[in-house]
Amino acid sequence: MQLQSMYQDIILDHYRNPHGRGLRDPFEAEVHHVNPTCGDEVTMRVHLDGDTIADVSYEGQGCSISQASVSAMYDLVIGKSVTEALGTGEHFMTLMQSKGDAAVAETLEDELEDAIAFAGVSKYPARVKCALMSWMALKDASARALSTTTGAN
Amino acid sequence: MTQTVSRPAGAHQVPLPLDVEAIRADFPILGRTVRDGKRLVYLDSGATSQKPRSVLDAERWFYENVNAAPHRGAHQLAEEATAAYEAARATIGAFLGAPDNEIVFTRNSTESINLVAYALSNAATAKEPEFRRYAVGQGDEIVVTEMEHHANLLPWQQLCERTGATLRWLGLTDDGRLDLSDLDTVVNERTKLVAVTQQSNILGTINPLDGIIARAREVGALVLVDGAQSVPHQKVDVTELGADFLVFSGHKMLGPTGVGVLWGRYDVLDALPPFLTGGSMIEVVRMEGSTFMPPPQRFEAGVPMSAQVIGLAAAADYLTALGMDRVQQHEEVLTGYALEQLQAIPGVTVIGPPDTVARGGAISFTVDGIHPHDVGQVLDDLGIAVRVGHHCAWPVVRRYGVPATTRATFYVHTGYDDVDALVEGVREAQRFFGVAPGVTEGGTN
Repeated sequence: MQLQSMYQDIILDHYRNPHGRGLRDPFEAEVHHVNPTCGDEVTMRVHLDGDTIADVSYEGQGCSISQASVSAMYDLVIGKSVTEALGTGEHFMTLMQSKGDAAVAETLEDELEDAIAFAGVSKYPARVKCALMSWMALKDASARALSTTTGAN
Repeated sequence: MTQTVSRPAGAHQVPLPLDVEAIRADFPILGRTVRDGKRLVYLDSGATSQKPRSVLDAERWFYENVNAAPHRGAHQLAEEATAAYEAARATIGAFLGAPDNEIVFTRNSTESINLVAYALSNAATAKEPEFRRYAVGQGDEIVVTEMEHHANLLPWQQLCERTGATLRWLGLTDDGRLDLSDLDTVVNERTKLVAVTQQSNILGTINPLDGIIARAREVGALVLVDGAQSVPHQKVDVTELGADFLVFSGHKMLGPTGVGVLWGRYDVLDALPPFLTGGSMIEVVRMEGSTFMPPPQRFEAGVPMSAQVIGLAAAADYLTALGMDRVQQHEEVLTGYALEQLQAIPGVTVIGPPDTVARGGAISFTVDGIHPHDVGQVLDDLGIAVRVGHHCAWPVVRRYGVPATTRATFYVHTGYDDVDALVEGVREAQRFFGVAPGVTEGGTN
């Protein structure tokens, strides 16, 4: 059975016990992203302190991959600058496009922490979008949050 | 084939109406394996069906022997291609109990429905008075149901937005049926058209069309029946149906992709302006303006999908040889068996009618504690192809308060072993995700 390569224990742990779940105040931007082919949804708020991501709060519904991905992302981006966080998101995208290439995963292991466990998902094209949904939402929400805070200055 | 899975006591297997092993031998793709050598258990015919060799051979025959553009040219190939194309039209007409000139070839059900929806709004601005009879505009109403596939919902939403008409709909009951308690108010003298599915692609429900059509007749409304999930699976005779339009797709009834059908009552088709315009649908063309051919040519602009049409006729022949009544009985037996087996698993909930009364073979279900995508992934790992998601019927999953479902659909090559594999696969998913009945995961309570 190849399922274990996708459903790593780390992923199932994040799915069952998500980190940072729930919508919280304060926030500068809130976005709602859906995966139209399957109906997965996430509502995400971003709170910035300067250009540092002070909080990412979210509610959502979807498969284990989409829900575990947002939980692992939460751990990775809190306390980072928006630029750093989106850079990490680019690397996660690279991992998701690696089609299971172990060499790619190895180079990204330190930076992606728990999110490296999603390497197995990259072998299943239909599920890659599940893992990426939360990162797309973060990109969108942080861009809006930055424009809000910039606009206020 | 030996059964290797255990079955709860009381489960029964009556002989299936169709010879599954013989039929499987007709489908080349069923000979392949998936996911490291596993037998392909294809339970996604509701999305698209597999094709028997006779359909593939018919397309190849056309290209290798008579390929030319039908209804154009005077050379021998053009004559033979035209004859083959029109013979296919006659085959589809006979399959439905309709005269040839009521059969319009389209790309699929979606295009057939859009054709009608655009014809109704084009009617409002047609320069020809005879094309304005069914014009839809402000104050008019279009009626759909909450169980429609997006293909039988969005074209009507869009028609209403273009014309100022109002979209109304019949709701659903908790057990997956149409709620007809307000039929007489929803369908009223303002209703111009009622669009309703014959078989739900997600719930499996077979709708009681007689009463709906009778009410539409009382108020003078047209009726379009979405047969995408019924025509492949049950005998549909348009003379008994009593509707004005019936649409379906070739690829869901063992035929090729890229070909669908719009059947329409001739006098209604004849009063509609075209949807797509261009070559071969014209009578006289002048720079100042043009006139159009009668149906069905009026609605077949451009060189048609000839090989696919020939393939679709071969599919209809294949189904006719099996007998549509037996196809329906076959699926009904399997559906009853699958409903019984699936509903015996703690944590499994069927979304839709729980038994085979007025029900087709689409079985949607949820598994407590496991998202449908994850159920589908475990099944896929076992070689079982099902559909997961909202099945292009988002309002339905919303109505039943679930984000998505896992859906198994059956067809002529489906056997008890396929259903057993599905049931065992669902149990495997429960074990894998630690939600199997009686199992407490990781020592937690």
